[in-house]
Amino acid sequence: MRDGDQTRRFEQLVLPHLDAAYNLARWLTRNPEDAEDVVQEAALRAFRYLAGLRGESARPWFLTIVRQTCYTWLRNNRPPAEVRILDDDGFDLVAATAGDGGDTPEAQVSRIEDRTLVNRLLAGLPVPLREVIVLRELEELAYREIAEILAVPIGTVMSRLSRARARLRADLVRDLGDAGHGL
Amino acid sequence: MDCDHARSQLPLRLDGALAPEAAAALDDHLARCPSCRRACQDLQTLSAALRGHADRFTAPTALRSRVLADLAAAAPRRRPAGIGRWSDFGLGAALAASVMLAVNLTLAPSRPPAGPMADQVISAHIRSLMEGHLIDIASADRHTVKPWFNGRLDLAPPVRDFEAQGFPLVGGRLDVLGQRPVAALVYRRRLHVINLFVGPGDGTAGLDETGPVRGYTVLHWNDGGLACWLVSDVERAELIAFARLLRSPPPAQ
Repeated sequence: MRDGDQTRRFEQLVLPHLDAAYNLARWLTRNPEDAEDVVQEAALRAFRYLAGLRGESARPWFLTIVRQTCYTWLRNNRPPAEVRILDDDGFDLVAATAGDGGDTPEAQVSRIEDRTLVNRLLAGLPVPLREVIVLRELEELAYREIAEILAVPIGTVMSRLSRARARLRADLVRDLGDAGHGL
Repeated sequence: MDCDHARSQLPLRLDGALAPEAAAALDDHLARCPSCRRACQDLQTLSAALRGHADRFTAPTALRSRVLADLAAAAPRRRPAGIGRWSDFGLGAALAASVMLAVNLTLAPSRPPAGPMADQVISAHIRSLMEGHLIDIASADRHTVKPWFNGRLDLAPPVRDFEAQGFPLVGGRLDVLGQRPVAALVYRRRLHVINLFVGPGDGTAGLDETGPVRGYTVLHWNDGGLACWLVSDVERAELIAFARLLRSPPPAQ
């Protein structure tokens, strides 16, 4: 393939997803400059390996590269505990969605209509849970696409999403509870 | 349907991932169970809050420009020429040499060397970047990395950390170059990986430079009877600066 063709193909297929790439990198690194570096690096890699994109949708393909680049960055710049692999098998999906979370007073859950609070809760999730929320709720990707990006079965995506939501709700209750005691 | 089962299916229902019959059974349960209905509302509120209130960052214009500039710079590198097509190199080498003067006179490449060895070095570098191949001994501590090679190689590679200068040591591994086992020391420059291969000396005087080939620059020199090969996709000037650090005498202990 000629260079010009390759550049044009990149501009048509990959460049439209630069916002999604930056959003993912920004949420995973939690730092604007680092997110820019990661996306720049990922874009260059995507350009080099563009021949490997055949037929499949470009968005999950590019986000896969962005995510891998993010993880390389996180491994080098964050404590290992932050990016450790989750024990998906040990996770009880029923326990996460049942229990007292379901009885959260409506008044508390409605308090989540607050930008600062929502951002703080999401930023507080462990990376493997944060990324599924970003991909599902912010990028609105299908389970199948998220599974492709994370290189895990769809069932794992579902259980991680449940786990992430249960954690968000528990953090919300704790957060508001703490604030209440402080008054 | 009991409540536990209903709760486990709620997220799937909201994500539209439940088969129609299962969805109908769940809706039937929700109609009769206030507690599960409240749990369902909770999940919906949470999802709506995330979609409506969490920041969705957009790529800054500067980032877009940087990516486009990278494309312009990367595209010409992708010609099919392998190592050895130095006719293409003439102008670049002349330009490079003039830039080099500003970097370090003594490190200016004496000639653009071609050779299967540089090709092997690049291949070994690319291979090392594949998942799980980069590092056998992960440590930024040279006192950990250096002894690790004892008993694994018949040479003792010099191991130094240059974190203060922006080239942190991240580990080492055994690799093979020219069918001989060599030490590979892994450094980083921001997001880039730099491999330093150390093997038996080959008598090369001065500093040889190859590339950029496929985006990689290879530098080669001999030091104290050991042959050193440095390879990375970092900016050429940065790699040369790093070679200069590696060739500088170690500080007195």
